[in-house]
Amino acid sequence: MRLEPIANPSLVRRVGLPAAALALTVLMASLLALLAGANPFATLGLIVKGAAGSKFALLETLNRATPLIFTGLAVAVAFRAKLWNIGAEAQLYAGAIVTVLLGTGALPLPSALLLPVIALAAMVAGALVLLGPVLLKTRAGVDEVVTTLLFNFIMLLFVSLLLEGPLKDPMGMGWPKSPALEKAARLPRIVEGLRLHWGFALAILSALAVWVIQTRTTLGYEIRAVGLNAEAARFAGIPVGRVMIKTAVLSGGLAALAGFSEVAGLKGNLTLDLSPGFGYTGIIVAMLALLNPLGVVLSAIFVAGVFVGADSMSRAAGVPTYIADILTATALLTMVLAIRLTRTKIRWR
Amino acid sequence: MAPETGAEVVLRLDGITKRFGPLLANDAISFGLGKGEVIALLGENGAGKTTLMNILFGHYTADEGTVEVFGRPLPPGHPRAALAAGVGMVHQHFTLADNMTALENILLGTRPLLAPRLGARAARAKVARLSRDFGLAVHPDARVGALSVGERQRVEILKALYRDARILILDEPTAVLTPQETSALFETLRKAVAQGLSVIFISHKLGEVMEISSRVLVLRHGRLVGEVATADTDRHRLAEMMVGAEIAAPRLSERAPGPALLTLSEVDTPRRGNAPGLRGVTLALRAGQITGLAGVSGNGQTALAALIGGLETPVRGSMELDGAPPADWSPRAALAAAIARIPEDRHRTGTVADFTLTENAVLESYADAPFSRRGWMNWRAAEDFARRIIATYDVRCPGPAARIRLLSGGNMQKLILGRALEAEPRIILANQPVRGLDIGAVTFVQNRLIAARDKGAAVLLISEDLDEVMALSDVIHVIYEGRLSPAFPRGTMTPAGLGGWMAGHGFGPEYTRGGADAA
Amino acid sequence: MDILEIILTASFWAAAVRIASPLIFATLGELICERAGVLNLGIEGIMVIGAFTGWMTVYLGFGLWTGVLVAMLAGMLFGLVHATLTVPFGLSQHVVGLGVTLLATATAAFAYRLSLPEVTSPPKIVPFQPLPVPGLSELPLIGPAFFAQTPLTYLAFVLIAVVSVVLYRTPLGLALRAAGENPASVEAQGLSVTAMRMGAVIVGSGLMAIGGAFLTMSAFSSFFFEMVNGRGWICIALVVFGAWRPGKAALGALLFAAFDALQVRLQQTPMGAYVPYQVFLMVPYILSILALVLMSRRAEVPAALMVPFNKGER
Repeated sequence: MRLEPIANPSLVRRVGLPAAALALTVLMASLLALLAGANPFATLGLIVKGAAGSKFALLETLNRATPLIFTGLAVAVAFRAKLWNIGAEAQLYAGAIVTVLLGTGALPLPSALLLPVIALAAMVAGALVLLGPVLLKTRAGVDEVVTTLLFNFIMLLFVSLLLEGPLKDPMGMGWPKSPALEKAARLPRIVEGLRLHWGFALAILSALAVWVIQTRTTLGYEIRAVGLNAEAARFAGIPVGRVMIKTAVLSGGLAALAGFSEVAGLKGNLTLDLSPGFGYTGIIVAMLALLNPLGVVLSAIFVAGVFVGADSMSRAAGVPTYIADILTATALLTMVLAIRLTRTKIRWR
Repeated sequence: MAPETGAEVVLRLDGITKRFGPLLANDAISFGLGKGEVIALLGENGAGKTTLMNILFGHYTADEGTVEVFGRPLPPGHPRAALAAGVGMVHQHFTLADNMTALENILLGTRPLLAPRLGARAARAKVARLSRDFGLAVHPDARVGALSVGERQRVEILKALYRDARILILDEPTAVLTPQETSALFETLRKAVAQGLSVIFISHKLGEVMEISSRVLVLRHGRLVGEVATADTDRHRLAEMMVGAEIAAPRLSERAPGPALLTLSEVDTPRRGNAPGLRGVTLALRAGQITGLAGVSGNGQTALAALIGGLETPVRGSMELDGAPPADWSPRAALAAAIARIPEDRHRTGTVADFTLTENAVLESYADAPFSRRGWMNWRAAEDFARRIIATYDVRCPGPAARIRLLSGGNMQKLILGRALEAEPRIILANQPVRGLDIGAVTFVQNRLIAARDKGAAVLLISEDLDEVMALSDVIHVIYEGRLSPAFPRGTMTPAGLGGWMAGHGFGPEYTRGGADAA
Repeated sequence: MDILEIILTASFWAAAVRIASPLIFATLGELICERAGVLNLGIEGIMVIGAFTGWMTVYLGFGLWTGVLVAMLAGMLFGLVHATLTVPFGLSQHVVGLGVTLLATATAAFAYRLSLPEVTSPPKIVPFQPLPVPGLSELPLIGPAFFAQTPLTYLAFVLIAVVSVVLYRTPLGLALRAAGENPASVEAQGLSVTAMRMGAVIVGSGLMAIGGAFLTMSAFSSFFFEMVNGRGWICIALVVFGAWRPGKAALGALLFAAFDALQVRLQQTPMGAYVPYQVFLMVPYILSILALVLMSRRAEVPAALMVPFNKGER
């Protein structure tokens, strides 16, 4: 077989193939439910209900989507430049650490000043964490995929070290967790009484900002040029190394905001299980959105819905909650294939 | 149509048709090849020669038509079938693995995959015999990555002969050779024919076609438009058949050269992988003059282009612009110094395939007004600029919002040319500006370069096509292993004379100095 | 000094060889993929699936070698998914590889919860036992280190030689290396690039899964989440460190394992009392990054690594 490009794909291809990918994912869900001895339709229904069946469920989904929007944006920005940042997890924790360091009484500032300062400092920390691998890439030619991945493990051990040492909560009864943030460092709720904090609004704003950067600024143009053809970009005088570094700062900063938002908006302190793999799931979110920053918001809500829905379904139907991880991974793989097939046709001879 | 009566027909193509989307690459092509015959397949770029041979060899499958080899139908779509039937092909872009030896490349795929051993000893003897019989000197244990272009081609031919090919297809085999290497190749082909092999020789160079072939088939726009015995024709008639009209050679008016705008003296640049760096290069690019650079590819052309284009800096010697060394040197600095660059590879370095024409048009100037201010793009200005290039340089395209990937090579090159020349450059670096273009686009690009020279620009024309360099240049240098020959004024050298320099004769004793090749 | 004392003990070297074994399997697997031109980032997840399936097979009452076989087949299945998407369809090897890792990891977790819904601590199996080689295991230092290991370790070391010989001395290896250097050369000699690459990824993934199975069946005797713990990524670094050569990569794995064994032992020394244990645990990851930095400039990357090949592309 061979692939031949299609210049102008038909509407049927552009809509039908992604729909088929989604259908395959649903089929996979049904199969897994059957394997677990549950009724597939009931299982799917419970997932949908658990994700969006009530005001509580919907808010829970949006809460879960918030860090995914940040990590999804981080990945989308980086992948646009073909900077393979697989280390959003580490950058997220860097942001979380800074939030705890500055939010537990170190800075005597009013909330309106303290929160922006912490957010900015978190972004700087996240950017610095990604800068290491990126400088190794631009200076020494070290592939950033493996280094960013390895940094995730180092960072988690570092967090563990902090939580059992300098950042340990003296009132924590021996648990490895940090002290709670002071009131001024907590992100308030958007509407009093509804369990949704300003982190979500910040995530939406970030998506808009990234969209503006990508479509309206020279930096966005440079990032896309470097990602699509670094050799042509370099030849044309675009400073590829510097663009990579700017991309890294943006990407690492966005991922760190996920940590800031989770600690300051939701958890109130830092523990080792702050992120159940938000950094990795961000890759799925970004790819499902085809790296479009506004699409990231939608795909993050979708992915969050699958996770939240699966949690609630699992309690009711007994299908292991890991079904959500299988489904999102399946969606990723089938979707990238579907997108490829919209632009190419297969010739068997 | 059949070969000369009496000869056994070893290969017959019948009604071969191939479409790529809307493009009809081959239109019902039929011909036969006789035993011991050399057919030249002549046509300009894009005429469908390579497509036809790729069908014959099984890289592509024809939409219609059949191929018969030695009277048996050839199953389509598998190089394996073609090889088994005795067809060997020397590809224009060599199909060799650089990290393996010549012998390993020859052995690749010749034994069952699950065979326990390579069988290198027997193979070595056979390769040695073939090398001797056909005059193909190759060291079997040399890594292919370290071989010269001519040696690599010999390995490619040996690959086919090792498999006992009876029909040999050579796709533009002389494009990368010196005139002397070409003569040696023809000697090999004559030996092959004497041993009963049949050859299909693809070319667009008329002189070579006249020299080696017994019959010429002419392709134009995918159709077989003519077939003549070589003895019954001449270059002019072939040229007319090839392009459908008389070719008007580009004309240079006499013009006194101006001052030197860019000079290099004793410049060295570092080696990059397999590509040699420059070694002691001294060169002056003068206003109103086209400086031609001849040479076999891979002899430092890339290094010189990179240096002038801002991608490389000298490790020794000096470069001066208008008599003063530039403060810093980068692509941006080169652009700021009014150096226009037409890169060698328009797909890889010249354009971003998935960018629109507008985005590609401002690739070198997006950071300047009016295309951006304080970091904000002005897309309207960019689009106006793209429209202007499209109109002025006759770029055939659906519009400025189309992705450049959809354009033909010629139209892509016109956009690059427009982008470069609209900035009113003083120096123009044109690296292989017409490679792979059809005759209309070639004439267009060449005339634009001449017009720029007449307006006072200094042009450096780098080309592997000696005829092109000789037709277009006011002065010619030959580059060989990173070293530059003296300047030969227009009309003082013959092709053979330049060919000698291209093969390295005349450069004097090997220039040695520690550190030149380091880094 | 402590370190010297530690290095001179046989148990230290025995531990190093044991730690190196799963890395050798997986590194050879990755090396085969990359030599054919495919970066397989599915390695981490494929090791997890190998660890789980091998262990589960034995837990269900089948033999140890059956467990190894099942693990290998499970790995090959995920390799098939990876190969199908990256080779004929030419999708991004980064994205697909990470997707396969996520899918395989999730599958193992799902299957584990499904088969053992209630357990809090995973059941143990009887793992492979050391099988001292008569005579050789009596040698001082080298004997206990290399010749009193489990059969899977011996298999790992045999595989180094097998992979080397196949890569450099057989028509198959020639075609495989050519596919990773210049796929057009394979195509022009009548072979199928798609078949070579898919085969390499599937076989390589099988080896990675055996590497994972080693963890549950020869090292720890039970399965828990996060047991692979980045070993797959470390193996990718080891391939670079070994300059895409099986012998060098295996040597790298052994060196790496020695450092790992050393940090475990240093934790028990007086020094371990002053330095938090997390710092010791970071050592393997930091070493991997250092290895990459050292070798990245020098190594000869297969020229067509991560470059998809579309037959007859114009």
